[in-house]
Amino acid sequence: MTDLAAVAVAVQTTTPQRHALQTPSQTIGPFYGYALPFEGGPDLVPGYHSRAIRFHGTVTDGAGEPILDALLEIWQADESGVLSRELGSIDRDGFTFTGFGRCATTIAGNYTFTTLKPGAAGTAAPYILVTVFARGVTHHLFTRAYFAEDSALHATDAVLSSLPVDRRNTLICVSEGIVGGAESYRFDIRVQGENETVFLNFDD
Amino acid sequence: MTQTSPRAGTGAASQDDITAEIEAIEADAAARVAAGGSPERQPRRDYAPYRSSVLRHPTHELVRVDPEEVERVSPAFGHTDVNSLESDLTIQHSGEPIGERITVGGRVLDGEGRPVRHQLIELWQANAGGRYVHKRDQHPAPLDPNFTGVGRAITGENGEYSFTTIKPGPYPWKNHVNAWRPAHIHFSLFGTAFTQRLITQMYFPGDPLFALDPIYQSIASADARARLVGQYDHSLSVPEFSLGYTWDIVLTGPKSTWMESEEAHD
Repeated sequence: MTDLAAVAVAVQTTTPQRHALQTPSQTIGPFYGYALPFEGGPDLVPGYHSRAIRFHGTVTDGAGEPILDALLEIWQADESGVLSRELGSIDRDGFTFTGFGRCATTIAGNYTFTTLKPGAAGTAAPYILVTVFARGVTHHLFTRAYFAEDSALHATDAVLSSLPVDRRNTLICVSEGIVGGAESYRFDIRVQGENETVFLNFDD
Repeated sequence: MTQTSPRAGTGAASQDDITAEIEAIEADAAARVAAGGSPERQPRRDYAPYRSSVLRHPTHELVRVDPEEVERVSPAFGHTDVNSLESDLTIQHSGEPIGERITVGGRVLDGEGRPVRHQLIELWQANAGGRYVHKRDQHPAPLDPNFTGVGRAITGENGEYSFTTIKPGPYPWKNHVNAWRPAHIHFSLFGTAFTQRLITQMYFPGDPLFALDPIYQSIASADARARLVGQYDHSLSVPEFSLGYTWDIVLTGPKSTWMESEEAHD
């Protein structure tokens, strides 16, 4: 590589301008309901799957009122900690675990996914990545739902170990035991206010 | 012309109140830039002129974290998910929709300007009269039995996409008295990493409602929000059929892929 080319590469990779043309976010608005939800979106596995879990909760605003027009997306590894790379993530053939789900909240602000508990890949604590879109949310919010059973792995998790206990607890599902034949985990999302959920920024 | 009184649930502020708030925030953002700060290229999460944001933004700062593998990859989509006919919003019913037929095309790129190939792109919009096919949309404009306003596609080898649709109309909303949204199309995008996920809106050039709209204005940098405006492109216009607009969408990073490709060039 010539010196000039090396300089060109250095300029290209260090200049903050590589962010300059990024398209900004805009709110999802209230009227996505006939467009984004898809058949089987909240059901990553069928409810009769022997190891199906219920992953659910309520999304609330700064007044504690339910957010009835939020759209949540989840993305997670399978039971062995592997992320699907297969095409067809919004197909629901009843057998393939794609790891991607989408669910609109109800008029009570509730959401429910039927999925599998993600497994650990190596020593990293498993979690479900949760993305929150809603009217009034100008830029989507990322958070992670961890599981209390994996507490041995939480001590070394970069996010959990950096947070004070009360903040950390907003990222850990409440285990509800077997409800309606499936292990149930509650993950409430408080966008603002008391016990506000920890939201994450992955930008470099 | 008779004027109907504002409907229940409408915010009490006037457009002048909202405009003054928008201008005050823009001046504040400009002062921060003048003092050496970065331009605000994303919308403020706490943007009071957009009333719905007041109780729907976190008050804690977001926690900065390096993405793990879950965030560094993305769901994969393909033509098993999406039929190629879904990119034409004008053929979903037995008749032709009412309105100005348009072709909207462009490319989806990552933060390094590389194409985002074979990824899902979804859009939704109001009809030519400014009405959504959504049960909570109460705007008394007519529904069009021949227009749903939903499209999907998978980007091509060069990140390209193209939709055939109808130019959406502006519509009133309840943020404040006499509030109107500029005409726009909602877009949903995935990159190769989940961190690149984006939902945004494309606008049309020269819209007189831009200065008045607290959603468009929630991005304090004028340069950044101008990137939401598609441009008329005569080369995309189809003779005797549709007018063309071009709009490229640039996602963030991803950092990991970017480092990988750097090695590949050595």
